[in-house]
Amino acid sequence: MTFRFNNLYSLTLAVCLIPLLWLLIDTAFDNLGPNPIQALHIRLGDWSLRFLWLTLAITPLQTVTSWRGMTEYRQMLGMYAFFYATLHVLAYLLMDHALVWSVIGIDIIESQYIWFGVLAYIIILSLALTSPKWAKKRMGKNWKKLHRYIYLAAGAAIIHYYWQLKGNLAEPLFYLLIVCLLLGFRVLVWVKNRRLTRLMIPTGKMVLVLAEKQVMSEIIREQQRENAERLDKSQALT
Amino acid sequence: MIIKTTKDIPASEITDPSIFSKRRQIIKATLGTILTGGFVSSTLANSTLPLWGNLPKSPVSNDSLTVTPAEITKNHTNYYEFSFNKKEATSLAQNLVTDPWSVEISGEVEKPGSYHLEDILGQQTLQEYVYRLRCVEAWSMVVPWVGFPLASLLKMVKPLSTAHFVKFTAVYQPQTMPKQLANAMLEWPYVEGLRIDEAMHPLTILAVGMYGESLPKQNGAPLRLVVPWKYGFKSIKAIVKIELIKRAPISTWNKFAPNDYGFYSNVNPAVAHPRWSQNSERQLGSSFFTPRRQTELFNGYGSQVASLYSGMDLRHFF
Repeated sequence: MTFRFNNLYSLTLAVCLIPLLWLLIDTAFDNLGPNPIQALHIRLGDWSLRFLWLTLAITPLQTVTSWRGMTEYRQMLGMYAFFYATLHVLAYLLMDHALVWSVIGIDIIESQYIWFGVLAYIIILSLALTSPKWAKKRMGKNWKKLHRYIYLAAGAAIIHYYWQLKGNLAEPLFYLLIVCLLLGFRVLVWVKNRRLTRLMIPTGKMVLVLAEKQVMSEIIREQQRENAERLDKSQALT
Repeated sequence: MIIKTTKDIPASEITDPSIFSKRRQIIKATLGTILTGGFVSSTLANSTLPLWGNLPKSPVSNDSLTVTPAEITKNHTNYYEFSFNKKEATSLAQNLVTDPWSVEISGEVEKPGSYHLEDILGQQTLQEYVYRLRCVEAWSMVVPWVGFPLASLLKMVKPLSTAHFVKFTAVYQPQTMPKQLANAMLEWPYVEGLRIDEAMHPLTILAVGMYGESLPKQNGAPLRLVVPWKYGFKSIKAIVKIELIKRAPISTWNKFAPNDYGFYSNVNPAVAHPRWSQNSERQLGSSFFTPRRQTELFNGYGSQVASLYSGMDLRHFF
C-alpha cells in the first residue's frame, strides 16, 4: 500500500515536469512562433496559474470525496506553481531584458499589470519558503493564516494576466470563474459549519427563549394551583 | 519645408546583398513549388503575383534599418476582425475576398467617387518604403512596404479647404470575418483617422505590397495605410472608404477605450499606456537574451514629423 502510494506520488512529480519538457522541445525546434521570447515567457506564466488552480482545488476535492492523505499532493502542486512562477520571472529578467536593470526598472514602475505579478510572486514565494513540515509545526496557527493568502495571490495573478491584454477577456474570465467557484465552495463549507455549531451550543437568544419558557410554565403552574385551591374552598363552603 | 529624410547609414547595419538576393530566390522557389502543386502553407499560398522585385526606394525610406524576416511579418499581425489570436487570424484572413476591390472617396473633395483599385494604381508610382512599425503591444519590426504617398491620391480628388480630417473605413465582410459576424468586442467596421496635415505628410503611405510581393491578406490586402510614427493600430487594413471631413472622426480603439487609446497615438516612450510601459520594445527577430530596444519619440521619425505637433502637450493629446 505504501509502495503504491509512493509510486503515484513520484509519477505525479514527473508528470508535472512535462510542460517544461514540452517547452524546451518547442524552443529547441524553433516552434515558438514569430515572437519566441514572449511565447516562452507567457507559457511559463500560464503553467504557474494552472498549478495554482490545481493547488486550490485539492481541499474542496478532499471535502467532497472524503479522501485522505492529499496534503502531500497539495504541497507538491503548490511548489510547482512556485517553480513555474520563478521560471516566468527569470525569463522576464534574463531572456526578455538581458538584465538591463535601468530598462527593467522603468518597465516595472510604469506597468501596473506587473505590480500585480510582483504581489502574486511575493506571496507565493513566502508560501514556498514556509512549505516544509518543520515550518508548519513552528508557525502553529499562523501557518494557516499565512497560507490563506494564496487566494490573494490567485486574484493578483488574474489581474496580472488580464491587464496586459488589449481587451480580450475570454481566458482570464475563465480563470476568474474557477477561482470564484473554489473560493465559493470554501465559504459554503464555512457557513454550513457555523450553522451546525449554532444549533448545538445555545447562544444568548436561545438562553432567553429557554428562560422564558421556564418562567411561563412556572406562572401557569402557579395559576393552576390557585384555581385548584379556589375550587377546593368553594366546594368546602357548599 | 525641408524634410530631412534618412540618417547616415552605419556600415554594420547594411544588409548583405547576397542575403538580400537569396531571400528573393527563396520566395521564388517557394512560389514555384506552389505553382507545380507542391506544399502549400496557408500564408505563402496568398503571396501571388505581381512581383515588385526592383522597385526604386523612396527618398523617405529608412535604409539604415535591418529588415525583419518576411516570415515573421507574415505571421505576427493583429487582425481582430478574424480572431484575437495572431496565428488564428493569419489563417482565417485567407478567406477575405479582395477581388474586385474599389475605394470610395467622398466628403470635402472636388471629385468624389468610387475608384477601382486598378485605376488608382494606374495613376500612382509605386516605391519601396522601409519603415519601422511599432505596435502598442510593445513590439516592433522593420517592413519594406510597397506603396505610394497618400497625399498623391488625395491631391487627385482635390480636397476643399474645409477638409480638416481624413476618416478611413475598413471592409465590412461578416461572411468571412467571424468577429464582425459575432459583433465581438470592437465596433465594426474598423475606423481610423488622421489630421489633414498628417495625411498629407510624405511619410504617410498607402501600401499594396511588402517584401516585393503583393500584400498578404493578413497584412492588410489589398490596400492599407502605413503611418510609421504612430502605433500600428492607426495603420488601418483593407480600406474601402476614405472620407475628408470637417471634424475629427472617432477611431475604433478610441471609442472602445478612450483612456487607453487616443486619437493621435503617436509613438512616445514617455507616455505609458495606463496599464503598461511604452519605454522599450521587443524587436522581432532578435534572439534570446537580447535586451529590448529603447523606444524613440515618434518611432524615430521625430526630425520629420515633430513640427506637426509643436506647441502641443503630447501627454494630453496622446
